[in-house]
Amino acid sequence: MSDKEKKQGTNISRRNFLKGVGTGTVAATVVPSVLIGSEQAAEAQEGGAISSATIQLNINEKSYEVEVEARTTLLTVLRDGMDTSGNNVDLTGAKLICDRGECGGCTVMVDGQTVYACMMLAMDAQGKKITTIEGLANGDDLHPVQDAFIQHDALMCGFCTPGFVVSSAALLNENKTPSLDEIKDGLSGNTCRCGTYPFIFDAVKTASRKM
Amino acid sequence: MASWGEASESRLIGKRITRLSGKDKVTGKAKYTFDINRPGMLYGRILRSDVAHATVMGIDMSEAEALPGVKAVIPLIEIGNKLRYQGQEIAAVAAETDDIAKDAIRLIHVDLEELPHVVTEADAMADGAPQIRDDWASNQSEPNIREDGNLEAGFAEAAVEVEATYHTAVQTHVCLETHGHVAEWEDEQNLTVWASTQGVFGVRNDFAQHFELPANQVRVITEHMGGGFGSKFSPGVEGHAAAELSRISGKAVKLMLTRKAEHLVAGNRPSMTQHVRAGATRDGRLIAYDMKGHGTGGISSGAGFQAPYVYHVPNLRTEKVNVATNAGNQRAMRAPGHPQASFAMDSLMDELAEKLGMNPLEFRRINDANEVRQAQYTLGAQEIGWHRRNSVAGSGTGVKKRGMGLGSGLWGGGGGRGTEARVTINSDGTVEAVTGTQDIGTGVRTVIAIIVAEELGLAPTDIMVTVGDSQPGLPSGGSGGSQTTPSVAPVIKTAAAAAKQKLFERIAPLLDAPVGDLRVGTGTIYVVSDRTKTITWQQAAGQLGMESISEGGQWDEELRQNGAAGTQFAEVEVDTETGALKVIKIVAVQDCGLAINRLTTESQINGGVIMGLGQAILEERFMDPYTGRMLNANLEDYKVPGTFEIPEIKSIVFDTHRKVTGVGEPPCIPTPGAIANAVYNAIGVRIRELPITSDKILTALVEKKA
Ligand code: FES
Ligand code: FES
Repeated sequence: MSDKEKKQGTNISRRNFLKGVGTGTVAATVVPSVLIGSEQAAEAQEGGAISSATIQLNINEKSYEVEVEARTTLLTVLRDGMDTSGNNVDLTGAKLICDRGECGGCTVMVDGQTVYACMMLAMDAQGKKITTIEGLANGDDLHPVQDAFIQHDALMCGFCTPGFVVSSAALLNENKTPSLDEIKDGLSGNTCRCGTYPFIFDAVKTASRKM
Repeated sequence: MASWGEASESRLIGKRITRLSGKDKVTGKAKYTFDINRPGMLYGRILRSDVAHATVMGIDMSEAEALPGVKAVIPLIEIGNKLRYQGQEIAAVAAETDDIAKDAIRLIHVDLEELPHVVTEADAMADGAPQIRDDWASNQSEPNIREDGNLEAGFAEAAVEVEATYHTAVQTHVCLETHGHVAEWEDEQNLTVWASTQGVFGVRNDFAQHFELPANQVRVITEHMGGGFGSKFSPGVEGHAAAELSRISGKAVKLMLTRKAEHLVAGNRPSMTQHVRAGATRDGRLIAYDMKGHGTGGISSGAGFQAPYVYHVPNLRTEKVNVATNAGNQRAMRAPGHPQASFAMDSLMDELAEKLGMNPLEFRRINDANEVRQAQYTLGAQEIGWHRRNSVAGSGTGVKKRGMGLGSGLWGGGGGRGTEARVTINSDGTVEAVTGTQDIGTGVRTVIAIIVAEELGLAPTDIMVTVGDSQPGLPSGGSGGSQTTPSVAPVIKTAAAAAKQKLFERIAPLLDAPVGDLRVGTGTIYVVSDRTKTITWQQAAGQLGMESISEGGQWDEELRQNGAAGTQFAEVEVDTETGALKVIKIVAVQDCGLAINRLTTESQINGGVIMGLGQAILEERFMDPYTGRMLNANLEDYKVPGTFEIPEIKSIVFDTHRKVTGVGEPPCIPTPGAIANAVYNAIGVRIRELPITSDKILTALVEKKA
């Protein structure tokens, strides 16, 4: 077992886990197509039954032990997952909207980088620091982006909002004073159907002044 | 007579107030139907037709039923019945996880006998096309014909004529929260449903009827919902399926549509084609209008539009038909029929104006009887800098050419009767406002708080507002037709006024003053004739002891008004080498009546403009005539506006009176027409088909050169 895999805290390596799971018939068809090309997908496609493994995930500075299948995405764990003591993870702020890396509704930060949680396997998130919309505020102190979104009414139905807030916070971590074009560029991976964009741009500018 | 008072007297109404749900929405705490997790909840999925037209010969669900984790499987169509569009429901499953439900769907085997299909209007209207509706004589409905004046005499009077064909594509709603429900039976007689809906009470009544229950034994909850735009009024097959799966399994069932199904079956804006011949007099009066048009709402009818639109033509003949195709049903989509109508009419107006050698703005002034819009023309033209517009279309120099155009719209939004509401003042000073409307993102929760707070001298955040729940038994209508705020506001205001009156009656003796002399200050109640007599809100409420004051309200005709006129001006830039179209700026002057919350009203105008922009330059449902399938049923190939498409938007809340008018829909109406006219002004070639994409621009430019 490599150091990295030890750090990730599972008791079997991902490679061995995937190799050692029998000869059922379903796996090849149920692995999401987004995986094609990745190491796991190649192996999963060789054929193997759906099985599960228990992994640790660090979400919002809290450790969760969850049982996942090879195909389980990080987003599924956040929204629908249950830890091994039977408590719902219930972090439903990130949304599944397009299910294919197009809309940004499921955006979370993994080691400080924005990630589409619908496109990341839960297993690949082991050993990483995951921050969701629920972990962005410091207790009752909202993140400046959150305050600015409220102030500018940068939300209507609000379904896209968690994704936009996380992306905006990540953008400002990298660029403290983005221009309008840089804001558009930084948020181009997110979609809002209600059309809140103009006020989102205003909110990011306001937040940048406060950070 | 009830009134909202003068603007100068308003402390909160008409100001920019942040929405009450803001904090929950930015922290991810807001719970949408999609986010509901009930103990032991199962996940539902639907097997849908992959073909556009077929007869169901058999459904074998046994393998799916045998899959571990599957708790219920139900058929959704009878053997021998026809599937008439891709995506139509065949069967549904409920399983312990969504992934298992997905697997189970694949294990249902369906035996189909395929039938010939037609998915485009051209195919449906062609001679010898297979007929796809048994209740129509062909694939076209009976024509709807309207005649006025004397068409021939009108054309005889015309100095110029234009003949053209305008077309708009089918658009889908793309609600980011797909249609869906979480259904849970408490026992055989009591059903609770979390629904992503625009109409809590309509959905409650529908479920009650479907399961033959008394209405008060169905509870429908919609605390937050992720967009509807007209497509979410009834539970649909998926809602009934969720409740049925829950009944059979004895567990709560969540069933949300997939993104693909959302495109296929959850509604769309019908297409529109108009062949128009129209004429105007030398002095610029529209005089004759002859139009033959059609549209498809898929297998359903309802592809209507107004023609002519907004401007008056004395002599006309119009003929419209619905065309049936093997595609999902149309549903109301933000100002149904209007943006299509506006695009065609405003394009036509510009074409006629050009033939007359007249400024298109001047031509509209002559033909527009609406006084509000007349004032909006002046304001909008100033804001966009109309004088900078090319006086000769396409006369700009360089590769990138700019142009300007305008479009117009009209909507109702006057609200209606049928809302019940209650405002309660408790002895601890807390205030509750309850009604059965729903906040679909327009901010009605905050509007309610503002009205109550204004009436009682409190802050909006002091008011606990409950909407989106049928349990309190205070019905309200669906959020459609831009009716929510104008329907709810009068009832909430009168309820708050009645509660205030009751409180005044209780404390008048304490202040030793006649009830009529009491007024609310800010967090206080005082005697108008003797200002030294003041008590705080808390002290006043404290007098109530164990008894809360709880008052209902009434509909009041005088507090709302129908009719929201709008005008938009667009500036665009076209790259004549690549065909790339960039919308630079939109000025939207929108009549809003009395905007209760200026901030959220501006949000709605922005949102309408952006949806109109999507229709103008991006959105189109592509159907494959050979397979009968939608080619772009995802968010990758079906483009909705993203950050890069957003122009500078100047949303002008044009308040014309002190009565409430709904404004959710009208701001999306004038946008496509304004953009199309601006494109023409930039490059001197007219694109008469939405969306205006680069390929169409390049083709038109090449044809012009040839
Ligand atoms: S749901 Fe993950 S990007 Fe759209
Ligand atoms: S606020 Fe509704 S989708 Fe963005």
